[in-house]
Amino acid sequence: MTDTSTTESPTTTAPAALAPASSDRRPTARAAVLRAETRLFLREPANLFWICVFPTLLMSILGCVPAFREADEDLGGQRLIDAYVPVAVLIAVIVASIQAMPPILTTYREMGILRRMSTTPVRPSSLLSAQMGLNGVTGLLSALLALVVGRLAFDVALPDQLAAYALTLLLATAACLAIGALVAALAGNSKHALGIGSVVFFPALFCIGVWIPVQTMPEVLANIVEFTPFGAAANALNQAAAGDWPDWSHLGTLAAWATVLTAAAIRWFRWK
Amino acid sequence: MHRAVREPIIEVSDLRKTYDGRAVVDGVSFTVEEGEIFGFLGLNGAGKTTTVECIEGLRVPDGGRVRVAGLDPIADHEAVTRILGAQLQESALQPKLTVREALELYSAFYPRPLDWKPLAERLGLTPKLTTRFGKLSGGQKQRLFIALALIGSPRIVVLDELTTGLDPRARRDTWELIEDVRDSGVTVLLVTHFMEEAQRLCDRIALIDKGRITALDSPHGLVDRSPGSTVISFTPSTPLDNEELAALPALMSVEHKENRITLSGTDETVNAVISLLVRKRITAHQLRVSDATLDDAFLDLTEV
Repeated sequence: MTDTSTTESPTTTAPAALAPASSDRRPTARAAVLRAETRLFLREPANLFWICVFPTLLMSILGCVPAFREADEDLGGQRLIDAYVPVAVLIAVIVASIQAMPPILTTYREMGILRRMSTTPVRPSSLLSAQMGLNGVTGLLSALLALVVGRLAFDVALPDQLAAYALTLLLATAACLAIGALVAALAGNSKHALGIGSVVFFPALFCIGVWIPVQTMPEVLANIVEFTPFGAAANALNQAAAGDWPDWSHLGTLAAWATVLTAAAIRWFRWK
Repeated sequence: MHRAVREPIIEVSDLRKTYDGRAVVDGVSFTVEEGEIFGFLGLNGAGKTTTVECIEGLRVPDGGRVRVAGLDPIADHEAVTRILGAQLQESALQPKLTVREALELYSAFYPRPLDWKPLAERLGLTPKLTTRFGKLSGGQKQRLFIALALIGSPRIVVLDELTTGLDPRARRDTWELIEDVRDSGVTVLLVTHFMEEAQRLCDRIALIDKGRITALDSPHGLVDRSPGSTVISFTPSTPLDNEELAALPALMSVEHKENRITLSGTDETVNAVISLLVRKRITAHQLRVSDATLDDAFLDLTEV
């Protein structure tokens, strides 16, 4: 296939098999990791289904229940489906960050993939940031799908404060990815990662209002939920959807969680 | 590379590593010169892998000092990874990553990598470039890991169980490749329990037993250390007297198998046997004199 004799440089005595690569157009380690991880990410259809399809599918099934399409006085005249679009949007981000990402990284650790990488000059942050980027972008695309399907199929108005909505969503994604990265950093193996992921996942679903919309939660509960990244995100999204600029306390809460947890994840994430 | 005097490229002194109160490496010291193939030979669990993993920076020693080209594998980990390529005894790649993708990925980790195409060709991986790691046979995975150990154009390459899982043909091809690697100036650290491999490849061998180096010498030197370093066998035309055989100088062992006699001893024994045969006018059919193998030396030098 390759004519090895042509690759030998005249200045070296090394055999052809040990010829140096040409130095032009070589990707950086970080870019190469991102490229490889993207390919691998696209080779996991089950993972892609859960992140991309499941949130919108769940919303659509609920949207087909007639009661979800009737105006509800507890929700200030909104329909349940209107309150459910932000829920689906956040589920997309949470599934990608907390359910999908940590087991990928812990499986790498368990199988010895990270061990092999640790004997090369590549840094752990290259892999961590590639995984956070891939899952974050996919989660956001899935969120976008939920918004579009909500608009087209169930006539849910697009957010009035689009810029605020986008900002909230980005902050929420950052906070959720940080949680996922921390889980991957701290979990000893993929069993633990799945376990911790679920322990975080169900309270997270509660906080974003899967069972009771945040707008109708009792005050004490609502106050507690507001301090979680999930509750803060749900509240801020609802405000932005209704055309108000979200409370700074919500955005601040999200930013604080994202910063602290990312720092912790980088501090604790190790090859071994 | 910039050193005028030949300083050792690897220096290990009084290395210690304990797991659960059991000393796995118990005061190991040696140096490796640039450009040599240095082997570790020992039984499973003797401490070979732990020793090289301390050199690779995969394990933190409990005591002693390790220097790789003057660098500390733990404190200067990144600098060491740039000049040291490793093939680990236990590791894996992403199961759905293809051979080609793995070679491209690992090339990108290093400042001055080798061209992976001829390397893959040499290791017989070219027909497997589009195959995913998870679908490779054990031998194919092994060959890919050898390629990845060499891909960064390292000054030192550590190969742990180099030819495990390879068929005899691939094993010989791999040995030739390692000799070429050494000839290009790379230092090779080889962990093995294959005597033939150690004997063929290594300039020097450290025998490791229970966490300690019990002997360190060239393969020839190790064989010579063993008391029965020469083996002589023949079928005498008329039976020989046992007592006469037992009186031979420096004799280590006598074995009778049907009519064939096998003696082990030194060169002195060989000379004495030949004069005995001449004196008694006995013809020695199928006379064979051979050096004892490293196998024999290993068994002599390792307590079991």
